[in-house]
Amino acid sequence: MLDMSQGYTTEDGRKIGGVVMEMKHITLRFGGVVAIQDISFDIREGEIRAIIGPNGAGKSSMLNVISGFYNPQEGEVWYKGALRPPMKPYQVARQGIARTFQNIALFEGMTVLDNVMTGRIRQMDAGLMAQALWKGRAEREEVENREAVEKIIDFLEIQHIRKTPVGRLPYGLKKRVELARALAAEPSILLLDEPMAGMNVEEKEDMSRFILDVNDEFGTTIALIEHDMGVVMDLSDRVVVMDYGKKIGDGTPDEVRNNQDVIDAYLGVAHD
Amino acid sequence: MPEQLIWGTEVVLNGLMAGVLYALVALGFVLIYKASGIFNYAQGVMALFAALTLVGIMEGQVPFSHLINAVFGTEVHHFGWHVPALLAILLTMVVMVVLAWAVNTLIFRHLVNQEPIILFMATIGLAYFLEGFGDIMWGSDIKKMDVGLPQGINLAIDDFTFNIFDYGFFIDNLDLVATAIAAALVFSLIVFAQYTKQGRAMRAVADDHQAALSVGISLNFIWVMVWSLAGFVALVAGIMWGTKSGVQFSLSLIALKALPVLMLGGFTSIPGAIVGGLLIGVGEKLFEFAIGSMIGGATENWFAYVLALLFLVFRPQGLFGEKIIERV
Repeated sequence: MLDMSQGYTTEDGRKIGGVVMEMKHITLRFGGVVAIQDISFDIREGEIRAIIGPNGAGKSSMLNVISGFYNPQEGEVWYKGALRPPMKPYQVARQGIARTFQNIALFEGMTVLDNVMTGRIRQMDAGLMAQALWKGRAEREEVENREAVEKIIDFLEIQHIRKTPVGRLPYGLKKRVELARALAAEPSILLLDEPMAGMNVEEKEDMSRFILDVNDEFGTTIALIEHDMGVVMDLSDRVVVMDYGKKIGDGTPDEVRNNQDVIDAYLGVAHD
Repeated sequence: MPEQLIWGTEVVLNGLMAGVLYALVALGFVLIYKASGIFNYAQGVMALFAALTLVGIMEGQVPFSHLINAVFGTEVHHFGWHVPALLAILLTMVVMVVLAWAVNTLIFRHLVNQEPIILFMATIGLAYFLEGFGDIMWGSDIKKMDVGLPQGINLAIDDFTFNIFDYGFFIDNLDLVATAIAAALVFSLIVFAQYTKQGRAMRAVADDHQAALSVGISLNFIWVMVWSLAGFVALVAGIMWGTKSGVQFSLSLIALKALPVLMLGGFTSIPGAIVGGLLIGVGEKLFEFAIGSMIGGATENWFAYVLALLFLVFRPQGLFGEKIIERV
């Protein structure tokens, strides 16, 4: 096992810091259905943390708990060393937890640039009157935000579609715009819900590269959900494996790969 | 210049002015529809309620005086003061913001994700409630509104046209003011929606609730803001209509005229509401002038609806509405 007390160094030499978020004994129920049962794990600064599992394992539910879309019946969420009270999703977002969605949730009628700009809402606090008069701080703020956004747009190579309404873009590009919007918030934790779902091999490779680059360039902490094992093992530093709402494995990709419970969950197990 | 053409020009000008008032009401519809997908049947009643409240505050009327007198056997009607127009308008706006908050908190936040028809039914309920509430609060008598807007024939235009055509155009000063105010209102609404962060957030909420939440936008805040904006537009429309024809309960019926305006302009377009309003205004005046007398007159009552029907057949998304594309 890795030494977890002070963070650790990855195989490729990146320094991983302290715990940013810790889930303690989370249980989430929908009526009689238990979606998540007593799961604990942590997310550390600068790492790429994956949550994997077969369909219906409760991965998306877990992501929704982290981002505040669901509030668990039991358990505690600790964020930056403090216990987080039950919150609305927009409050969680303002605390610096950005996310993307499995089925893409973009503002279809708005341009790519406007979409990414909405990601900066956390960084804008000039009042309405100040903006109306377009003076001083509001102007400076707008310029700063535009610069930050343009940098991200360059980084994700979507300059050529800056002014295109999102509704007209193909699926793969939409996924990238959604990533750009989440990144624009300069989040402490970036949550990606199946970033590779529905993509072809080439698009998957592109997306993997962007995720690694984002982590590398901005030092962003990333937690992602994926059911494609191959992709996850290449990308992530540590992996949580879920099955039927329970945690059945947690560790480096190698550790997880050799975990008998994980193998059983993915390949099935002979009942005799 | 032949006489018919000169008169026609005057009719068009007057039609434009009337259209501005239609457009103002339609604008309130568009704002709420865009941001929340609610077709707000109560928009016309909101204009009425705003006008009633404004007059009530200006005149120093005691709200609910009939109710109070009936229950306690008292005889209170007036506070005995007059509030200056500008202050009264500000106070009315405060009332409209409180109303916006109450409407969202008591009704619509409980109906999130419901079918459009259910939201529509809720606004019908709201319309009747607000009409009754306005009645109890301020009384049902016709009130005169005078916030100091100029009224009567514009002599400069009368003189000017008389010198050219030998025939003076009759243009009401109030209509000119209404046009200027409506133009300013539309301009500021467009700037607000396009260039401020609240405007961007409003468009975001209109587009996708989940995505809006995920970037840190509070849906309730935006909805209250939009209903307040609609309340403000209703107040402006109420002032114009009230000054023109007195504050009376038939004011709420102008909401119906906004329907054909919206079908022409499209339910989601702010410029569309304006152009639609102007087209209806000009269209119905011109039709009455040119053809009305041949078929017995009073065409203004139905012309707008027939025009809207034609649009529904040939261009259902309106002139400026987002194109309806169904992907298969």
